[in-house]
Amino acid sequence: MSDATEFAKPRASVFAGLRLTRTAIFAGGILLFWLVLALFGPWIAPHGEADIISTKTFAPIGEGGWLGTDKLGRDVFSRLIYGVRTTLLLALVTTVISFTFGVTLGFAAAILKGWFDIVVSRIVEAFMAFPSTLLALVVIGAFGTSITVLVLTVGLVLSTSVFRVSRALGYDIGVMDFVEAARARGEGTWWILTREILPNSMAPLIAEFGLRFTFSILFLSGLSFLGLGVQEPAADWGLMVQENVGGLFLGSSAALIPAACIASLTVSMNLLVDWFQQRQQGETVLEKIDQ
Amino acid sequence: MSDILTIKNLRVEGRPPGGTYVPIVKGVSLNVAKGEVLALIGESGSGKSTISLASMGFARPGCRISGGEIWLNGRDIMKLSPHDRHALRGNEVSYVAQSAAASFNPALRIGKQVIEAPLWHGAGDAATLTATAVDLYRKLDLPNPDTVGNKFPHQVSGGQLQRLMAAMAMSCGPDLLILDEPTTALDVTTQIEVLKAFKDIIRDQGTAAIYVTHDLAVVAQVADRILVLKNGEMVEEGPTAQILHDPQHEYTRTLMAAVRPAPHLVDHVDASAAQAPVISARNITAGYGALTILSDVSVDVPAASVVGVIGESGCGKSTLARVVAGLTPLREGEIKLDGKVAAPSVKDRPRDTLKDCQIVFQMADTALNPRQRIGDILGRPLEFYQGLKGRARLDKVGELLELVDLPRSFASRFPGELSGGQKQRINLARALAADPKVILCDEVTSALDTVVAAGVIDLLKTLKDKLGVAYMFISHDLSTVASFADEVVVLYAGRVVEKGPSKAVFSPPFHPYTKLLLSSVPEMRQGWLEGVADTGEAKAASAGSVVIGAKGCPFSNRCTHVISGTCDTVAPPLRVLSDGLEIACHLPTGELPDRGL
Repeated sequence: MSDATEFAKPRASVFAGLRLTRTAIFAGGILLFWLVLALFGPWIAPHGEADIISTKTFAPIGEGGWLGTDKLGRDVFSRLIYGVRTTLLLALVTTVISFTFGVTLGFAAAILKGWFDIVVSRIVEAFMAFPSTLLALVVIGAFGTSITVLVLTVGLVLSTSVFRVSRALGYDIGVMDFVEAARARGEGTWWILTREILPNSMAPLIAEFGLRFTFSILFLSGLSFLGLGVQEPAADWGLMVQENVGGLFLGSSAALIPAACIASLTVSMNLLVDWFQQRQQGETVLEKIDQ
Repeated sequence: MSDILTIKNLRVEGRPPGGTYVPIVKGVSLNVAKGEVLALIGESGSGKSTISLASMGFARPGCRISGGEIWLNGRDIMKLSPHDRHALRGNEVSYVAQSAAASFNPALRIGKQVIEAPLWHGAGDAATLTATAVDLYRKLDLPNPDTVGNKFPHQVSGGQLQRLMAAMAMSCGPDLLILDEPTTALDVTTQIEVLKAFKDIIRDQGTAAIYVTHDLAVVAQVADRILVLKNGEMVEEGPTAQILHDPQHEYTRTLMAAVRPAPHLVDHVDASAAQAPVISARNITAGYGALTILSDVSVDVPAASVVGVIGESGCGKSTLARVVAGLTPLREGEIKLDGKVAAPSVKDRPRDTLKDCQIVFQMADTALNPRQRIGDILGRPLEFYQGLKGRARLDKVGELLELVDLPRSFASRFPGELSGGQKQRINLARALAADPKVILCDEVTSALDTVVAAGVIDLLKTLKDKLGVAYMFISHDLSTVASFADEVVVLYAGRVVEKGPSKAVFSPPFHPYTKLLLSSVPEMRQGWLEGVADTGEAKAASAGSVVIGAKGCPFSNRCTHVISGTCDTVAPPLRVLSDGLEIACHLPTGELPDRGL
């Protein structure tokens, strides 16, 4: 028969299929704006990230640069643009690391069960028992402040909650009939994990990725503020807050602007995750109506 | 005005998120008089639940009542404010849901939940309301009416919980009671006591009731009038006797025919039984953790034949299928597949052994990976067992789809785009892809509408004749098994109580439990319930509950023929009677119950 390969109708518009809400468009717009700045920052920024452009420190908005100058007389606007690169890139790398560890171990624990699950779960719980900032302080204090140590530490700290989410998902989906059917067929663990469980846990994992990404930005900014994160002269939003916090008393907005930027990034990401989750749940409500 | 409820030209719409509203109920009118029971029957998606909810002025999330009038006690409740409408619910109209277990809060005592609504409506103080509730428990024939309110929901049986749910609904003395499939989730032997209690209390209180169900035989027992629905429209309406005996509409007749298929009773098993059976399970004991579900179960499935396994929920039917498939490793005993001893765990079985024995699950929609296309779902076993790839695999997928009466174009669809019956056909096709000798069918039709289920059974028969595949057909539905199986095994509390050729099992002499089971299947005859609910067997059966792992005969606490001192201490062995019939009972052959169907 010739109709064996019938193609699904293409959607009228990609955006119609996404079912965007106003909040989602707003939050997505902000994220897109920062992403563009991160990609093309060096061509957009009027000055280099470490260039001292003015002898006047803590210059107000409009003097020196568009957004004033910081404690060394560097252009706040340029540093902000360079900072978005560092912030987003580091957050992305740490989240990816946390997912690599967390998802692999979480699903392995859910499928293998037994002693593997017990051992890994107890280790993860031990890690979670430490206040995460304190844990990072100790590790970075012991191994020194390099980007590698920073990224690995934050990735590890974040991976604990990713582990818990993936393990729960694995347990949930692992007992469903289609997984049982695959098991009865004689499929190996790898097939069951990659073909049966993983595709069905993508939606909650994507939402989790968004949340971890947000948390990662906050965590990294927090570490930078404590002086354990990105080091000068590189620009990072958390670091910028720390550098210029003294300017607050002089009426400078050099510390407030990067703080607001961090907020705009994390709040937008959260809103987008909310929209995504509601959309996923909306589909299940639809299925219920169909019944 | 004698009508409690009058619905005029009701229209309800539902909307998928981001989509537009589509009609669910398309202009249905009905009325219920005081003391009358109106049954709404129809298949899933016919709008029967939606209408019953609308009579409380309620629409599920994503739905809205878009037109029509709903008059309750002479007021159009759609014109009331949401607050006033809320005040009606529980007070003038109340609702009994399908799953009592899901409707009770497991953390609160039952009595507290029963009087919650009247307390909220300010009908009295806790002490007087509790006294009224105890009165209701007594009327609902609940054991220990004075103390049952102090129990937690998990401490009473499913049938009792469903009756307690009715007590909760009746606690405000409503004018209209809505029963949404209240016995569908119950076993047949439990269903009787619940139906009887519902019927009595409705008569006693003179309440008007709407009874929503898909089971015509149940309707015959409780309803005064029947309204048949299809796709949100009324098909036929009339007094119960007329609909049952003289249905006017074609659809009603189809529905009636699908309910009770003609029995297919075989008195001897084919000559093929002489060959090695495709499944030979010997003295199986299995369970989960500390719990032993199956004890000493032996079942043979001859090639190209159908062995029906019947029993109520919790009797170990599904565990038996899982043990045979190797998903739940057995503790004792031995399984031979096609003459070869099979390893207890699926992990240790070679692909050749796995191929011969396939399993199909009850829930058609959860058994298919929602993220895979049908072509991949069916293609995987072809690749896994037979190494088919590319074009050959694609062709074979098409053949499989045609084999289960589905168009080849379904290969590119996702499971979500299929109906329940179509999904179950895909599950069957996936099992067939392995080219098995036997398929374990675990309640494959239980979640389907009667008409759709009848289609699936027909398909199973055709496939058996065409391909020579054998089935272990597990079901709680006796009429389906009777219409289909060559041999029948009756399980009770994890033990075989009776087995043999289907004709021998479904005719006397019976094991007392088989007798109870057979007489509990509702008949499409008005007045059947009264006749059966008052028999000694039914009373004894409702007095006890299933005990798993009993020392003696597991059925001894519910049996009228119990020989004290013997039945409760010594487990009866399976005894061979004539015609290959085996019964596990201490009663001498002549004293086994014999009243027929």
